[in-house]
Amino acid sequence: MIYLGAALVCVPISKKLGIGSVLGYIIGGAVIGPYVLGFVGKEGEDVMHASEFGVVMMLFLVGLELNVKSFWNIRRLVVGLGGLQMFVTALVLMLIMTLAFSVDFFIAIALSLSFAMSSTAIVLQTLKEKGLDKSAAGTGSFAVLLFQDIAVIPIMAVLPFLGNGAELGADHHGLISHFPFFEQNPTITIFVAVALVYLFSRFLVPPFLHFISKVHMRELFTASALFLVIGVAWVMDEVGISPALGAFMAGVLLATSEFRHELESDIEPFKGILLGLFFTAVGSTINFGLIMEQPASLLGVVVLLMAVKAGVLYALARYFGLHHDQKLLFALLLCQVGEFAFVLLGSAMGLGILHREAFDFTMAVATLSMVISPLLLFISDRFIMPRFGVKEFPAKAYDSLAVEEKKVIIVGFGHFGSTLGRFLRANGIRATILDTNSDRVALLRKMGFEVYYGDATRVDLLESAGAAKAHILISTIGDPEKNLELSDTLKKHFPHLKLFVRAVNRIDAYELFDHQVPHVYRESLHSSVYMGVDVLSALGHRRYTARRKADDFIKYDEEAMHRLAGERHDQKGYVASVRDEIAMQEKLLNADGKFADQAADHAWDKSVREGG
Amino acid sequence: MPYFCAMDNLKRIAVFFFHPRFEDSRVNKRLIAAITGLPGIALRDMYELYPDFNIDVKAEQQALIDCDVAVIQHPFFWYSAPPLAKQWLDLVLEYGWAYGKGGDKLRGKWALTALSSGGTFDVYREGGRNRFTYRELLSPFDQSFYLCGMHYLPPFIVPGASKISEADLEAHARKYVEVLKLLQRPELGLETLTRFEYFNQIDTASWPVTSYKTH
Repeated sequence: MIYLGAALVCVPISKKLGIGSVLGYIIGGAVIGPYVLGFVGKEGEDVMHASEFGVVMMLFLVGLELNVKSFWNIRRLVVGLGGLQMFVTALVLMLIMTLAFSVDFFIAIALSLSFAMSSTAIVLQTLKEKGLDKSAAGTGSFAVLLFQDIAVIPIMAVLPFLGNGAELGADHHGLISHFPFFEQNPTITIFVAVALVYLFSRFLVPPFLHFISKVHMRELFTASALFLVIGVAWVMDEVGISPALGAFMAGVLLATSEFRHELESDIEPFKGILLGLFFTAVGSTINFGLIMEQPASLLGVVVLLMAVKAGVLYALARYFGLHHDQKLLFALLLCQVGEFAFVLLGSAMGLGILHREAFDFTMAVATLSMVISPLLLFISDRFIMPRFGVKEFPAKAYDSLAVEEKKVIIVGFGHFGSTLGRFLRANGIRATILDTNSDRVALLRKMGFEVYYGDATRVDLLESAGAAKAHILISTIGDPEKNLELSDTLKKHFPHLKLFVRAVNRIDAYELFDHQVPHVYRESLHSSVYMGVDVLSALGHRRYTARRKADDFIKYDEEAMHRLAGERHDQKGYVASVRDEIAMQEKLLNADGKFADQAADHAWDKSVREGG
Repeated sequence: MPYFCAMDNLKRIAVFFFHPRFEDSRVNKRLIAAITGLPGIALRDMYELYPDFNIDVKAEQQALIDCDVAVIQHPFFWYSAPPLAKQWLDLVLEYGWAYGKGGDKLRGKWALTALSSGGTFDVYREGGRNRFTYRELLSPFDQSFYLCGMHYLPPFIVPGASKISEADLEAHARKYVEVLKLLQRPELGLETLTRFEYFNQIDTASWPVTSYKTH
């Protein structure tokens, strides 16, 4: 409770100040922590462990946005950039520790490996918030973080050998201790687990979600999404792989499924809350007492550590050909010590590699660096980046933007929507489609459409379908009530969107006008009038004349509708009942008499010219 | 006429632009870009206004009434204008409004054709591949406007449009703007303007000076 309260106060303030929500959470945590206000005591660490699950969810979401194909595309970055980052950073740190500070060799290895880690939570949250996740620095950072996640596994395995023989607590191995074979062959275990997750996400989950979606209960879907993530994380944890990594895998595998958007918007709020808690917990565990005792040496170590990390990162970014400002961003993003360090340091202490004081000291270093790094980013954002920011931007970036920016979303893909969608597709417009019929969604996806399952009146779903970036939203929903609800939601949350809305009939169209929707299309207007053209032709009229009359009639009818939509408000308490419908028909029929009089195409009318 | 007092006495120009594939026309894109937003010049992109050929006769007649000079800009397709231009003439220039009994709404106004042409002046002449001059081939337009009591000005042609060089195109776009700006001048009389066969012959560099002197 107190954690949430602190976050509620501090996050909006730091957002306003432009320093990002991460720092806001941390400051909030520090304020309520035992050393400032003392609202919360030592349990901060427990909260931190609990809320580490936010990181798991975050990686699941990251995975969702990154399907197998694009993941394969960055493999060189993951292994190359990520591997080199770990190796070089750890090596440099180790050398400094052993040579300059004469730290014991084994301890140095443990410490340097722990400190080489960066914080997935801080970096990804920052990237997302600043909208940098698709930039070169963003992709690079992500690759490095991914490698670190993978690297935790072997490091945990190696740590016991560095200690003085103390056994690793057996508490970790809950499930597999029942299977001696797996326990003795951790590598095979991991392979089996990964294969299981693969088969599970590929073949079992989509049909399962299909089944759930047919029940049409939102909370059930949310429950299954949570179940999915927690389940995968648990299995991974049991076999000794980082649960975050497992969740990431599941995310990647589900990224191509039609439930992507729905899953994303279901998990998102949980992730947000848990991550916030995590950052707040980090803040609350800052040991100000320790900082007060030895401020110089602590700060010195933090500065040195971050300088080394940033230096290595900068050099690597250079080697991998990042642009100038991106290099700096990359280095600053990843130069803190991450939450994995807590885990590694904790187990190092458990193994007797570290003393209590050394552990406290290094933990303080790690926490402090996590606090400083958002600050550094803020400073660079405000004062350094503007100096050479725009320099690297030219034509290329503009081109790639232009294609992606003209985005169209179609809501509803029934008979109406599919005809429209096919027409747009025939003209090279690839719209994102939202539909609530999961069978249709599955079918259309097979045919290569980008279709997602979900109720479009939900803001979070619209958000993940890209409504914020889209230009046009077309609603072909047949249910008038739903259309009104949708257009109100869109007006409120995405006012920039140009709306094109299907109306079933005239009354329906009036309602939409009342809700400030200008582009309204009555579904039967054109087909019924053009049917009339064929009837006239069958009665012996010339087709061209009939067709021109039809076009004029449609124009006239649209105008009449707009006029009557205004008049409608003069009658008090108007109810769109059948009686009113008939009254309106009468009005229209009377007015149509005038249409017949104002004969079009005067110039071609022989009777007119014969007069002169 | 009373509306003359409005904009510094400048003549009001309306450009009726007809091109069924505007997006692919390098020359017309440049010409339109050059005149877009010029004060006192109203631009009507006809194929964009009437993709269904269902011309709003009342609106078009009003646009004609609201101008002193009507510019018809189009590519030279089959020695004439694209079909919407003909549809426009058919439907808008009504009997009893533009010509015939009581049809005097356009009387005294000026009309100008601005043309982009694949051929050159050398091809459009007696003995050339196209045998007739631009002016001869444009005579139906000349006569149509004449029937409405309008004065048909010497046409402005962008020749060799399919292979025109960047520099040439730039020069023609600039000249087009100069010509329209000249036409806005209330002091310029018909006698001065009709001395030319084509407005291409106007020396836009020296013209403004001369006209100031005569004033």
